[in-house]
Amino acid sequence: MRASTRIIAGIVAAVLIAAAVAAFAIAWRPAIAAIDPPDPQSFDTALVKRGRDLAAIGNCSDCHTPRGAKNFAGGLPVPTPFGTIFSTNITPDPETGIGRWSEAAFRRAMRSGVNREGQHLYPTFPYDHFTNVSDEDDRALYAFLMTRQPVRAAARENQLSFPFDQRLAIAGWKLLFLRPDAYRPDPKQSAEWNRGAYLVEGLAHCGACHTPRNALGAERVSARFAGGDVDDWHAYAINDQSRSPVPWTADALFTYLREGWHPDHGTARGPMAKVVSNLSSVPASDVRAIAVYTASVSGTPTSGRTGPSDDALARAKMASQTNPVGASIYTAACASCHEGGRPLPYGGVDLGLSTSISSPDPRNLANVVLSGIDAVEGERSPIMPGFAASMNDDQASALLNYLRARFSDQPAWADLKKTIADARRTQAVFLQTSPAPRNAPADPQQREKP
Amino acid sequence: MTTLKVNGREHQVDAEADTPLLHVLRDDLKLNAAKYGCGLGQCGSCTVIVDGKAVLSCVVPMVLLEGKQVTTLEGLGTIAEPAPIQRAFMEEQAAQCGYCIPGMMMRAQALLQKNSKPTDEQIRAELEPHLCRCGTHMRILRAVHRAARLMDTADALPAANGSAR
Repeated sequence: MRASTRIIAGIVAAVLIAAAVAAFAIAWRPAIAAIDPPDPQSFDTALVKRGRDLAAIGNCSDCHTPRGAKNFAGGLPVPTPFGTIFSTNITPDPETGIGRWSEAAFRRAMRSGVNREGQHLYPTFPYDHFTNVSDEDDRALYAFLMTRQPVRAAARENQLSFPFDQRLAIAGWKLLFLRPDAYRPDPKQSAEWNRGAYLVEGLAHCGACHTPRNALGAERVSARFAGGDVDDWHAYAINDQSRSPVPWTADALFTYLREGWHPDHGTARGPMAKVVSNLSSVPASDVRAIAVYTASVSGTPTSGRTGPSDDALARAKMASQTNPVGASIYTAACASCHEGGRPLPYGGVDLGLSTSISSPDPRNLANVVLSGIDAVEGERSPIMPGFAASMNDDQASALLNYLRARFSDQPAWADLKKTIADARRTQAVFLQTSPAPRNAPADPQQREKP
Repeated sequence: MTTLKVNGREHQVDAEADTPLLHVLRDDLKLNAAKYGCGLGQCGSCTVIVDGKAVLSCVVPMVLLEGKQVTTLEGLGTIAEPAPIQRAFMEEQAAQCGYCIPGMMMRAQALLQKNSKPTDEQIRAELEPHLCRCGTHMRILRAVHRAARLMDTADALPAANGSAR
């Protein structure tokens, strides 16, 4: 070997070793010492109560309490483009839960997605948002979780393909996408707006569903709140690209997030039903703050949306002529509730106000037409029969085409029949695995008001 | 005129494409077992079976029924010869005012056709869309279990006749 070759080989070896050391330094996290599970009595009850409200705002139970499972015991399969990830047990069980986690270990998991043992956690756990949660709030959440009933339930193995099954890969992901900065208030805005921003961008992690993701599964910063995917539903755009026929206001958002429906917008369903169910139980001031901030994010709508307009009648006539089957189904199956003039939640929303019809993605409409909205036991709640048993895919497709043509000024959906076939198939699965009622429950006390 | 197949018979019906099936059954064919409750698909009293599935006939227009088989309670059995589901409801005295019962029987029938031994939980879940204000729910539950047993023995009868007697 010539001297120059040897020098080059040496340099290459040195670079490789340096890279390995650097990768190790970046990826390696120490374990945090296990503790004896703290006595539940040792936590201040006011702190636990605050933790309960915060856990509701964080919608923790949606992933960590699958339907039929014990509270916070985990096990929900979360399908991702990279494979299936299972939610974990966050009860204080010492062997299978977080019973041996100190508060520092819990805070590190929230702040930077690393478990007590030092392993990187997949960002399905939305620490890219939770990194904004204050130390105080982490302390309250910890107190709440550590005082829950311990449940013995070992985490299920994730089913991921290579290289995504390598937890080292997560360290790289974090380098690219995790901004571990605590939330900084904007002094130009009101205290309420700042409270809302802190919750929306942090614990409530609204962007986890409402912001589209890039090829590596990270939220696209340039398309914040432009609409994303969750399970088999479309999470609507809630920025200025919202297709809601009537623009959202802070008041409308407050009612919707608190009660699960609003007369100008309709009913929360699918994964959003669980969110509003949780929000109905937290302090109204926090929901108000979330509404104020979200309304300011929505801003002024861009696309000249004016709501039901003069040409609505012409559209209705045209739609009936070109699609008589859809028109007949609408008249018999939909109009009796949706044109009944009965106020929400018992009557159906005027479909001219429905975002599901003006949205670019027809999945939510297909889901709700096929499966309906179940009434919530013991509550006054919205209700709609499902039509999966009475319509085949062609007929459902005729109906959806008719609704689109009549109640929106948007072009016909492409591949509608495939969407309907998928909704018919996946909805059956969704019903079995959903962690929550698919409908819009709300605090009964809220409902008692006239 | 459209053709509508009900309880194994073809009927020529003069109805618009958007007329709900319930109206045709009651007004044109005089089949009054399916009841008009809310007219909104929310109470279940109008339930009939279409191609093996329970549907709410007040929100199913004629246009959806081309080539399909409709079964109403009249198609299951008669007063002289009640079907197992009807016998079971009588034997358990599951009706009080009775308005909701035909719909309940039809959905229970559809359930038993695909699941011959449903659990309490499955029956409750299946009958959830049906409203009853009288409060015979526990009897209804027992009646569906009884119907399941009756259907089981009805199936077994010919064989039993052949071998044991």
